[in-house]
Amino acid sequence: MPVIRTEGLSHIYSRGTPFEKLAIDNINIDIEAGEFIGIIGHTGSGKSTFIQHLNGLLPPNRGKVIVDDVDIASSKAATRDVRFKVGLVFQYPEYQLFEETVYKDIAFGPKNMGLSSEEIDRRVRAAAGFVGVSEELFELSPLELSGGQKRRVAIAGVIAMEPKVLILDEPTAGLDPAGRESILGNIGYYQRTTGATVLLISHSMDDVARIASRLVVFNEGRIAMDGTPAEVFERAEELTAMGLAVPKATEIALALRRRGIDIPQSVYTTNYLRKLLINLREGDEQC
Amino acid sequence: MDSIIRIENLTFAYGEDFSPAIKNLSLEIERGSFVAILGHNGSGKSTLAKHLNAILIPTEGKVYVNGMDTSLEEHTIDIRRSVGMVFQNPDNQIVASVVEDDVAFAPENLGVPSEEIRQRVDEALKSVGMYDYRLHAPHRLSGGQKQRVAIAGVLAMEPECIVLDEPTAMLDPIGRREVLAAIERLRSKKGMTVILITHHMDECIDADRLIVMSGGKIVADGKPKDVFTQVETMCAEGLAVPETTELIYGLRAAGWDVPLEALRVEECADAIAEFFKKDK
Amino acid sequence: MLKDVTLGQYFPGKSIIHRLDPRAKIIWLVGYIVALFLVKGWGGYLLMTATLVSFTAIARIGARAMLKGLKPLVFIVAFTGIINLFYGSGEPLVQFWIFTITLDGIKTAIYMVLRIMLLVCGTFLLTYTTSPLQLTDGLERLLSPLNKIKIPVHELSMMMSIALRFIPTLIEETDKIMSAQKARGAGFDTGKLTERAKALIPMLVPLFVSAFRRADELATAMECRCYQGGTGRTRMKQLHFAARDAIALLCCAIIIAAVCVLRHFGL
Repeated sequence: MPVIRTEGLSHIYSRGTPFEKLAIDNINIDIEAGEFIGIIGHTGSGKSTFIQHLNGLLPPNRGKVIVDDVDIASSKAATRDVRFKVGLVFQYPEYQLFEETVYKDIAFGPKNMGLSSEEIDRRVRAAAGFVGVSEELFELSPLELSGGQKRRVAIAGVIAMEPKVLILDEPTAGLDPAGRESILGNIGYYQRTTGATVLLISHSMDDVARIASRLVVFNEGRIAMDGTPAEVFERAEELTAMGLAVPKATEIALALRRRGIDIPQSVYTTNYLRKLLINLREGDEQC
Repeated sequence: MDSIIRIENLTFAYGEDFSPAIKNLSLEIERGSFVAILGHNGSGKSTLAKHLNAILIPTEGKVYVNGMDTSLEEHTIDIRRSVGMVFQNPDNQIVASVVEDDVAFAPENLGVPSEEIRQRVDEALKSVGMYDYRLHAPHRLSGGQKQRVAIAGVLAMEPECIVLDEPTAMLDPIGRREVLAAIERLRSKKGMTVILITHHMDECIDADRLIVMSGGKIVADGKPKDVFTQVETMCAEGLAVPETTELIYGLRAAGWDVPLEALRVEECADAIAEFFKKDK
Repeated sequence: MLKDVTLGQYFPGKSIIHRLDPRAKIIWLVGYIVALFLVKGWGGYLLMTATLVSFTAIARIGARAMLKGLKPLVFIVAFTGIINLFYGSGEPLVQFWIFTITLDGIKTAIYMVLRIMLLVCGTFLLTYTTSPLQLTDGLERLLSPLNKIKIPVHELSMMMSIALRFIPTLIEETDKIMSAQKARGAGFDTGKLTERAKALIPMLVPLFVSAFRRADELATAMECRCYQGGTGRTRMKQLHFAARDAIALLCCAIIIAAVCVLRHFGL
C-alpha cells in the first residue's frame, strides 16, 4: 500500500479571472513508504502546487489525495491529521521563524499536535540533532542566528512533528556550496536513520541526482518523467528541451559520446564517470 | 594598468565589538575587465562590494573610484553614478509599480532632463531584453525578469562599472541563464567593467580574472583556469571546483596525462578524447 | 484568496480618462464627492449614476471589475442600508417588535447605499485609470504649497508610492507565511476570538521581520541609485495640463452646478 497516492489530481488558479491557470493536470502517482524522491521542474511547472496538495494546504479542483488509505478531504479530522503526517518545509523556511527562542520555535509544531511536554522535549532534541543544531543555541533568539543556522532550525521545526512523509521545497536555495552539501547530508542522514519517506524539490540536478532513488519530472502541470536517476538522465536531451539543466557529469558524458567515446548516457555523477573512464581505458589495454 | 577601482589596505569591521569582516585588503580592478569574486557565505565578499560605491566606508585604508576617495562625502554621488550595484533579492530593489517608472528612478534622482530619461530608460530596457515589459507591474514578472529590470535600473545611470552581488542566488536555472546572458551582453557590447560576486563556480569560468576570498582576505587571484587548478587550495577553503576540474583531477590522480585547465564541458571532453587517441 | 484583492489596482489603458492629467483627475474626484454629498433626491442620484456609468464606459473599465472591487465592502454597504431602513419618519409600512419600516426609511436606505457605492466606484475609477506613480506625483504637485508650512510633501508621496509598490509583495508573503505555519499545525480560522488573535502572532512576527529586512535592503538599493530626497529630482513623465484636462474640470463644475439646481427644486 503506497503511503501517498493521488488520483486524477488537478488544480486551477484564479478561476474565472483573466489570470486563470491550470497549474496541475490529472496527476496520478504512488509514493511508497521509505522512498527518497527528487522532484524536478522549472518554476511554473506545477511542482510546488502539487506538493501543497499532499498535506491538504490546497484543495484539489478535481481528483483526490489518499494518504495512508484515507482520502484527506473525506472528513475534517482527516484534513487536520494529514498536516502532521505529511510535513512540508517551504522555500526559504527561515522566514517563518517567530518564537523568542530556538527551542520554542522547534516546539511549535509538536505543541500544535497536543503532545505532552516530555514528548515535545524529546522530539525537539531529536529534530535539532538531525539537522545539526546544537543545544547551546536553544535559548537564543532565532533572529541572532546566521542564515544557514536559521534554515536548519526551520527544518527541525517540521522534522519535530515526526511526519511519515517529509517534503522539502528547495531546501538549499541561496546557500553556498558548503552549506548546500551539509544540509543535504543532514537530510540524507535523517532519511536513512528514520526510514521516513522524503520528497525533495530542487532546481539543482546535481543535488537530487546524488541523493534521490527516484526522480519525478514535472513539465507544464504534468508528470513528464518518473524513474530512477539513471532512467531519467538517459533522456538528457528531453530534459534540456524542457529548460532543465542536466547534471554536469551527464553533460560531459554527452560531449564524450559525441566524440565517439562509448559511455552510457545515464551517467550522472562525476565519481561514476571517472570510474567508467578508467575502466574503459583499462579494458582497452587488456584487449 | 588603467584601473577604475583601487583599494589600499582596506580593513572594515561592522562595529568596535566585531572582528573585522575585511582585513588589510588591497586590490586594483582594471577598466573594462570582467572580474569574478568567489567565496562562501561570510567570506567578506558582500562587504567588499558595498565599499565599491561608498555604501560602506573603510574603518582603515582607502578605496578610490576613478581616483575619488569614497570616504569624502562630496564624491558620493559621482561614485555611485559610476559604479552601479545589483543585489541578490530583486524584489527589494524595485521601487516603482511599473517597470519603466522603476528604471527611470536613478536618472530622475540625478536630475537628468525628461526627454533624456526616456531615451535612457528605453535603451536600458532593450539592452536587458525587457523593453516589451515596460508597462508591466514588477510583481507579475518572474525572478529572472525582475532581476533584469533591476539591472536596467542601474544601467539607466550610465555607470562605467556594474557590481552584481550574487544576482542569481535566488533564481531558477532559466532565470539564471537570462541574467547571465544579460551580463555577458553588457560586457561584450558596452565594454563595461563587470564585477560579479557569486558562489557558483560555473559563473566564474568566463571571467578575465577570478578572485577567491575567505576570512576577509584574498586567498587566490588570477585567470580562472589558473585559480581552479589549485584544487588543494580551493578545497582547503571549503570551496568546490567545477565538476570538469574535479573529473580531470581524479583522472590525473589515476595517472592520466590530461591538462587540468580544461574548464568548459567541451574543452574537458576534447581533452579526454585527445588523451584516448594518443593512448591508442 | 488574498491575491484576488483588486483594491487600489491599476488597469493600464489608453482611453482619454487614462491620459488625463492626474491632478485633473484628483480634483475631479474631489468635485465628484462634493456633488455626491449635495445630492438630495432621485434626480441628483440619476445624474451622478449616469456620470459614473458613462465615465466608466469611456475608460473601458468592465462593470465586472467595478463590482468585484466592491466585494470587500458588501458588509459595510449592507449594514448602512439596514440601519437606515429603520430610521425614517412617516407612515409605518411594516412593524414588528421595536422595528418600524417606513416608505421614507426605504428611500433613505436606497439613497445611502447608492451614495456609498457611487463614492467607492468613483474612487476606483481614479485608481483603476491612474498608475500609482502618476497618482502620487499628482498629489505631490497639488500639495506642494504645503511645503511652505514645513510639511515634507515629497517624502510623504515617496512613502505612499513605495507602500503601493509593496502591497502585492507583502500580500503574497502573508499567504506564504500562513501556509508555512498551517503546515506546522497552526490554525487561523478556528477557536475563540482571543485564541484567534493569539494565532496571528506566528504570522505577524515573521511578516514584520521580513518587512523590516525589505525596508533595509530597499533603502540601500535606493542609495545606490543616487536617491537624495526630492531636491534636484526631475521626472521622466512630466505632467502637462492640457485642454482636455480643462474640459474635464469644466464638466465637473457643470455637474456640481446641475446638482445644486436639482437640489433647489427638491429633486
